[in-house]
Amino acid sequence: MSVESPALIFLNAFLINNFVLALFLGLCPFLGVSNKLKTALPMGAAVIFVMLVASVCAYGINLLLVRFQIEYLRLIAYIAVIASAVQLVEMTVKKFSPALFRMLGIFLPLITTNCAILGMALFQTANEYNFVQSLAFSLGAGAGFTLALVLMAGLRERLDLADVPDVCMGAAIAMMLAGLLSLAFMGFAGLGG
Amino acid sequence: MSDALLQAELRTSPHVRGDLTVDKIMRHVVYALLPVCAWAVWQFGLSSLALLVVCTAVCLGTEQVVCRLSGRASTLGDWSVAITGLLLALSLPPGLPLWMAAVASVVAVAIGKSFFGGLGFNVMNPALVGRAFAQAAFTVPMTTWTPSQAAGRFTEFIPSSLTLPFLQPRSIEAWMDRVAPDGFTGATPLALMKFDHIPTDALPMLLGTITGSAGETSALLILLCGLYLVLRKMMDGRVVLAVLGSAFLLSGAFFLWNPDVYPDPVFTLFTGGMMLGAVFMATDMVASPETRWGVWIYGGLIGVLTVIIRLFGALNEGVMYAILLANAASPIIDNLTQPRIYGAVKTAEKKAV
Repeated sequence: MSVESPALIFLNAFLINNFVLALFLGLCPFLGVSNKLKTALPMGAAVIFVMLVASVCAYGINLLLVRFQIEYLRLIAYIAVIASAVQLVEMTVKKFSPALFRMLGIFLPLITTNCAILGMALFQTANEYNFVQSLAFSLGAGAGFTLALVLMAGLRERLDLADVPDVCMGAAIAMMLAGLLSLAFMGFAGLGG
Repeated sequence: MSDALLQAELRTSPHVRGDLTVDKIMRHVVYALLPVCAWAVWQFGLSSLALLVVCTAVCLGTEQVVCRLSGRASTLGDWSVAITGLLLALSLPPGLPLWMAAVASVVAVAIGKSFFGGLGFNVMNPALVGRAFAQAAFTVPMTTWTPSQAAGRFTEFIPSSLTLPFLQPRSIEAWMDRVAPDGFTGATPLALMKFDHIPTDALPMLLGTITGSAGETSALLILLCGLYLVLRKMMDGRVVLAVLGSAFLLSGAFFLWNPDVYPDPVFTLFTGGMMLGAVFMATDMVASPETRWGVWIYGGLIGVLTVIIRLFGALNEGVMYAILLANAASPIIDNLTQPRIYGAVKTAEKKAV
């Protein structure tokens, strides 16, 4: 059983072990959707929501799995849960904001295979968080993902006007930016601990 | 004759230009850095002189090479790379092996600036990018401090300075025993405060006779040099005020809450890279916000993050990371604080978003 306070867990997942910039999880949506601030924020919100749902479901399912001693099904059960949560988000977004749905494109269904979310569910089980701790953890992880996405989108929007040399165009400069951001996030190491 | 008199000269605006150009501002920043450099050499001797020369030369060289490779006109003439080199050298520990300083310089200019398109497009302060890289890559040499005003500092190098590339830095213990005053532990005032709760007097910190990075020791000198630039309108004094003010207030609040654990606000302002960072690094024109409120938010963010990292983080110094993070946030800050367009009505503005 873990005894950390929920606030500390939130802070830890949000800044110190930021899922994107410290653990390098969920890099493909991070690089794929961070072109524009306009898509970065809704994407972040979608990820936060899916994380919350996945966290609650994973917590419940884990209890069942442990009860029937079939923990080896954990991975596949979690993936099924995440996939259905993503379906829910996808249908909602498609119904209420078709424009946003088109902007997010392939990256919305790809949340299903977002390793950040599966990672969050597996970490919370491995750390033996209770229900409240799990919620704080998933909220922190989602918020951290959103923070990284928004910072990155702001920088990339500014770089649209920059005179980037040909060799560094596109993915190269995005990777370098991600590296610099990650370097800056190293400053949070050990915070609160 | 009469034809010449009748000719009208057509020009596009602007018709009246100020005499402040990028080159001129950058040149004056270099001038303002020179006293700080001189103090660094006086404090740490030959090693810090070598550090300054190596960093500046490698920065200039890298810029030249990248310019040539990307087929652009050389931008060495705008002095900005010289600033990067000097600032980087001033922010490094004086005994850092010179080859590591050279690597940090290459990273600073190439990855910090040139790859983004050169001057005006860098997203973060290049010197700090180089320093953060060095901190991540060479953690131990980057946190090894040598005594200031050591005996014989003008005739011999700190032994670790001359390490050959890719070798372990030479041990400086024998040298330290010889030159350092008794009881010198190689800890900066910040580390002493954080790990042992030993405060340092304010006066030595103000004058700069303490140990630390090559150029960050004298708060007074840095402030005077910054004041010169602010008075000549070549630097944004609001950023400096916001950084120092917010750091003072937050650390003051913690000090009042529990004076036994937290350092007093004056200590916070005069230690580590606070002054150098606030005056010369946070004020990087390119990587900081432009809007009226944005400048204050940006400076406040740096001060607050610095204090939080110093007091609660694993590191005893957070100015570098605070500035890098605020640099990263500055496009967002700019976005959120766009001033209302003259004549636009507030409700209409909301609808447009």
